[in-house]
Amino acid sequence: MELLIRNGFVFDPINGVNGEKMDIAVKDGKIVDKVNESRAKTIDATGMVVMPGGVDIHSHIAGGKVNAGRLLRPEDHFKDVERKTAVTRSGVGYSIPSTFTTGYRYARMGWTTVMDPAMPPLEAKHTHEELSDTPIIDKASYPLLGDWWFVLEYLRDGKIEECARHVAWMIKATKGYAIKVVNPGGLEAWGYGRNVESLDDPVPCFGITPREIIRGLCKVNKLLHLPHTIHLHTNNLGKPGNYLTALETMRCVEDLAENGKPVIHITHCQFCAFKGDDWRTFQSGAEEIANYVNAHSHVTLDMGQVIFTDTTTMTADGPFQYTLYTLTGNKWTNHDVETETSAGIVPFHYKRKSYVHATQWSIGLELALLIKDPWKIMMTTDHPNGGPFTAYPRIIAWLMSRKAREATLRKINPKARSRSLLPSISRELDFYEIAIVTRAGQAKALGLKNKGHLGVGADADIAIYNFNPETMDPAKNYRAVRRAFKRAAYTIKGGQVVVKDGEVLKHMDGATMWLDVQLCEPCEIELNENLKRRFKEYWTVEFENYPVSEDYLAVSHPIPVKADV
Amino acid sequence: MVEKHKLKVVLLTGRTIEQGVGKELGKITSEYAESVSVCYMDPEDMKKLDIKDGANVQVSTAFGSVVVKAKKSLRAPHPGVIYIPYGPWANVVVDPETHGIGMPTFKGVPATVEPAPDKPVLGLSELLKQQFGKG
Amino acid sequence: MPVVKAVSCPVCGSLCDDIELTIENGEVVKVKNGCAMCEAKFLSHRSEHRIRKPLIRKDGEFVETTLEEAIRRTAEILAEANYPVLYGWSNTSCEAISVGIELAEEVGGVIDNTAVVCHGPSLLSVQDMGIPSCTLGQIRHRADLIIYWGCDPWSAHPRHIERYTAFAEGRFEKSAWRGYMAKIRSLIGLKKIRSAAKRLVLKEPSEIEARLKPTFVPSIAREGRKLIVVDVRRTKTAEMADFFIQVEPGKDYELLQALRALVRDQELEVDHVAGVPVEYLEEVVDAMVSCDFGALFFGLGLTMGGAKLRNIDAALSLIRDLNMRTKFVIMPMRGHFNVTGANMVFTWQTGYPYAVDFSLGYPRYNPGETSVVDVLLRGESDAALVVASDPVSSFPRKAAEHLARNPLIYVGPHMDVTAQVADVVIPSAFVGIEAPGTAYRMDHVPIPLKKVVDPPEGVLPDEEILRRILSEVRKIKREKTKAEAA
Repeated sequence: MELLIRNGFVFDPINGVNGEKMDIAVKDGKIVDKVNESRAKTIDATGMVVMPGGVDIHSHIAGGKVNAGRLLRPEDHFKDVERKTAVTRSGVGYSIPSTFTTGYRYARMGWTTVMDPAMPPLEAKHTHEELSDTPIIDKASYPLLGDWWFVLEYLRDGKIEECARHVAWMIKATKGYAIKVVNPGGLEAWGYGRNVESLDDPVPCFGITPREIIRGLCKVNKLLHLPHTIHLHTNNLGKPGNYLTALETMRCVEDLAENGKPVIHITHCQFCAFKGDDWRTFQSGAEEIANYVNAHSHVTLDMGQVIFTDTTTMTADGPFQYTLYTLTGNKWTNHDVETETSAGIVPFHYKRKSYVHATQWSIGLELALLIKDPWKIMMTTDHPNGGPFTAYPRIIAWLMSRKAREATLRKINPKARSRSLLPSISRELDFYEIAIVTRAGQAKALGLKNKGHLGVGADADIAIYNFNPETMDPAKNYRAVRRAFKRAAYTIKGGQVVVKDGEVLKHMDGATMWLDVQLCEPCEIELNENLKRRFKEYWTVEFENYPVSEDYLAVSHPIPVKADV
Repeated sequence: MVEKHKLKVVLLTGRTIEQGVGKELGKITSEYAESVSVCYMDPEDMKKLDIKDGANVQVSTAFGSVVVKAKKSLRAPHPGVIYIPYGPWANVVVDPETHGIGMPTFKGVPATVEPAPDKPVLGLSELLKQQFGKG
Repeated sequence: MPVVKAVSCPVCGSLCDDIELTIENGEVVKVKNGCAMCEAKFLSHRSEHRIRKPLIRKDGEFVETTLEEAIRRTAEILAEANYPVLYGWSNTSCEAISVGIELAEEVGGVIDNTAVVCHGPSLLSVQDMGIPSCTLGQIRHRADLIIYWGCDPWSAHPRHIERYTAFAEGRFEKSAWRGYMAKIRSLIGLKKIRSAAKRLVLKEPSEIEARLKPTFVPSIAREGRKLIVVDVRRTKTAEMADFFIQVEPGKDYELLQALRALVRDQELEVDHVAGVPVEYLEEVVDAMVSCDFGALFFGLGLTMGGAKLRNIDAALSLIRDLNMRTKFVIMPMRGHFNVTGANMVFTWQTGYPYAVDFSLGYPRYNPGETSVVDVLLRGESDAALVVASDPVSSFPRKAAEHLARNPLIYVGPHMDVTAQVADVVIPSAFVGIEAPGTAYRMDHVPIPLKKVVDPPEGVLPDEEILRRILSEVRKIKREKTKAEAA
C-alpha cells in the first residue's frame, strides 16, 4: 500500500523541517523516500499543515483507576454519547471516555501515540485489556514502582543492582514502558492513612526517604538504559508552596545527569508549581520553575494544563485525592494496591470565577511560555486531571495566540487575572514549536525512535490539519486553529487513512509497546527464586498468575533494551 | 402470633453452603433440589406450629405460595424469621418489585407459614411445569 | 499423574488461585487447597448433568440438533427481535463478555449481568458517593479490625477469612487464628471481650507514639485482629467474632446511622437500636475508631432487602466518617467468580457497569428502566439470550415467567433451571476448567483462568459460540438488506 501526501506545509522538527512545502511518501506503513506516483494513492494537502501524528506522554486512558472513574460518574457519560456507525463501535465520553471512544477521539485530532502513565503492576492485565480495546492509536503504560516494597527494601539496603534487576523483571512482567513514581513514600504511608511531607521525611516502617527513592530509581533507570527517564509525580502535589518541593526534587538528581541529557521527567508540573502558604495566599510559582528549567538540562516537564470544565481527577496519589475529597466533599473513590501503590478519584469542576482554579489555568500556560526551549516542556492536561484530552485544540490556540489568552483572561476571576503573568508574556508559539510540544518533543523524551517525525523509516503516523499558515496568521485566527486541530483533515496511522475531515473511517487495532529489558547476565533463575520466595508473603496472587502474557496485547510491540546489569 | 396454626413471619432468602455445593454439582441433581426446597425455622416457632423437623409447610406471601420442608435452624434464635435458600422455590414467594432500582426484594418479605402435611413438596420439573408451563 | 498448580477457582468472587489439581485421563480427579464448592465444581465437570449436544424445543419437547443449526436458530431469533435481552455473564470470561457486548450492540438489545440481582444497589450507591477500598492483600497485611456485615463468608466465600482477613498472615498483622482457638478453648465470655475492648479504648495517642520508633509502627505488637459480625442470624461466621451484632431484619439502615452518630461523638437518646443495646454499640464503635486499619465487607444482607441502596449509602457514609478518624476501607462481597469482571468490561466498553440498553444505537443506562428484571416485569422483551447464568433459579417468579415466554436461548455447561425452560440450548465449556480466560476478583484484581482439561467433544467455549452467533447475525442482516434492496 503506497501513499503520497502532496504539497503540504510540513512541520517535522526532529528533522529540522519548518513549514516547507513538500511531499511525504509512505509505503507499507513507513515513511519512505519516494513511491511510484502512478500507483500510490494521493492526498492533496495543498494549503494544509502536515505534522507527525500527535504523541501524548501522559494521559490516563486505561486501567483500574480510569475504569473506577467511569463507574463513578454515569452523569459524565449521559451528556456525551457516540452512536454506533457502520465502521465504529458506540461509546460514551466525556472526561473519562469508554475505550473505543478514546481511540476514535484521539485519532480525530490527529494523535496516534498515547502513553498511559499509571499502571498498578498487580492490575496490569486490566490496563492491557483496556489498551487492547482502545482502537487505532499505539500506546504503552508505565508501571508504578516508587512505593513497591522490593524497591523500598533494596534502596534502603543500598542494593541498586538487585533493585535494577527486579525492576527489569517487573517492566517485562507488566509489559510496561517506563518507571513511574508517584509521591514516593507517600503511597506506602497512605496504607495507614498517612503521608510524607518532604523529600527527607522517612517512609513509615521502611526507613527510607523520598529523596533516596528518587535518586535510587534514577540510577536504576540509567543502569537499565530505559528509553525514557523516570516519570515523576512529585511529593506534596496539589499543595500551596509545593513549587519548593518541585525545585528540590529537580535539584536532588542534578548530579546524576551526564552529557546534558535529561534524567527526570516532572509530570503535570502545573500541579506542583504552587506558591503561597495556604489557599488564600496561593499564587503561581511558574516563574521560579521556569527559571530553574531554563538554566538546567537534566529535566523535562509536561504541563498538566487546567481547562474550565467538569472533569474527573484520578491519580495514584491516594493521600492527595483524599485531601481533594475533604476540600470538595465530593464523591471519593480510593483503591490501595497491596505491596505497590494506591489510587484515588474525585470529580472536580474547574471554574473560571474561582481564584485558585483560574490561577492554576494561568500557571500551566505560564510554564509553557516561560520555558524557552520547547523540547523541555510538553503539552498535556494530565487527562483527565486538568481536563479531558479533547481540549488540546484550545490549549494549542492559547499557546499560539495572545489574543486567545486575553479572551479567556477577560472571563476569569479578577484577582487571578491581576496576578497572572500571562498579560506580560508576548510569546506566541508557531507551528514548528507546536509540533515540538505536541509530538516531536514528546517522542524524543520517550525515546521513541520511529514516532514524532517524518524522516525515512519512521512509522507513517501523520496528521494533516486544514490551516494555511501562508495565508492565515494563527495568532489572529485562533478559532480557525482550534477548528483545524479539533477535526484533522486526515489522520494516517501506520500508512492507513483512518480519519478524514474529522470522521473515523476505520476501526483497527493499534499496537502496545513495551520494553523487553535484557539483562547482561543470565540471572533470571536466581531472580525468580528470590521473587517466588517473597511472593507468597507480599501478594495474594500466585507467582505464575502475576505476569501479563503477550496474549493480553491485541498487537504486541516489544522494544528490546540492553541493560548494564 | 399463631392463628389457626398459621404463623406470621419475615422471609429471608440467601446462600447456604449446601446450596453452593448443590449448584456446582448441577441443578438436575436431587442434592440441589433438596438443598433449596427447605425453610429454616426457629425451633420455638416450630413448636408453636406443632411441627417436627422435615415436616411440609406452606409458605405464602402476597406474591405466591409454595410448599417446602421445614428444618430446624442451626442459627437460632431468630424467632419470627424464616430462611429459604436461593432457588426456584424461594422465587415463588419473593417480592418482584424493584422500586425503580432494578433489584427485587429477596429479603424481609412478610410471609405466613402453616403446616401442610397433605401437600407435597414439588420436584424441580413439576415446579417448573406448574409455574411456567415449560420444562 | 500430572498435577497442575496455581489454578484459579471459578466459583466465587474470592477467586483463590492456589488450587492444585490432579488430572487423570483428561479428568480432574483430585482437588487440593479448595473449599467444598471448589471441589464440587472441579470434580463435576464430567458429570452426567452436562449438556453434550445442542437442543432445540420442537412441539414442547427438546430434540438434539447440530451446533450449526442451533447457532443459526439463535441468530435468527436475535436478528428478528425488536428488544432482546442478553443476560448473565458473571460465570464466564471477560473475553466472552466482550463479544457479548458487541452482540448486544449489533442487535440493539439490553445487556445486563447478575449484579442486577446482587450488588446492583451497591453499584448505584458507589455512583452516588464513591467507595474507599483497596485490594485484599492490603487488608491481609494491615487490617487490625475486620467487619462482615450481612454476609456469611463461611458459607458463601469459605476461604475469604483464611486467605485475606482475620486468619491470614500479613506483614504488619498476624493471623488471629491462634487467638480464636484460645477463645474457643477457654470459652471466654462477654466480660473478657469487654476488657479486651477496653484495652483498645485505653490506648492513648502517646502510647502509640511510644511504639513508633523511629516513626510509625503498626499494631503488630499489640492485640491481634478483631472480628465483628453483623447479621440477622447467628451465622457460622458470627460464631468466630469478637463482637456479634444481631440486627433485626430490615433495620440495618437504622443501625448504620446510629453507628455514624456514635463515630461522630453524638449521644443516642434511646436504649436500643435495631434490637441492639446502645451500650454494646458504643463498645463496637470504640473498637472501630481506635483501630489502625479497618475493613468492612458487606453482602446481600444489605442490598436485597430493607432500604437496599440506602443501606449501602449509609455504609459508605460510615466509612467516610471513619476515615476522618483512622484508615478504613469497605468492599462488597461479590458472589459469582466473574461478576466483577462483567462490571469491568461493561464499564470500559459502555461507561456503565450493568443494565445497558443499546436500542438507540448508543449505550443508555437507567437501572429500574433498563435493568433486566424491570424489562421482564413490564413484559417488553421479545427474545432472550442467557449466557453463563441461571436467571430462572434467581429471578422472582413473575420476571422468570416472561423470560420463559420469550424465545429463550441458553448457553452454558449444565442443564440449569433456565436450560430446562429454554427453546434453544447450546452446551459450552467450563471457563476456568476447559477454557482459558480472565476473571476479576472482588477487589478488582484480574486473575487468569486456566484450561486444565479438554471440553467434551464438540463443545466450544462461550467466547467462540458468541463469535459464531455474532457473525451469523451479521450475515442474516446483510441478507436482509440485500433482499430489501432487491
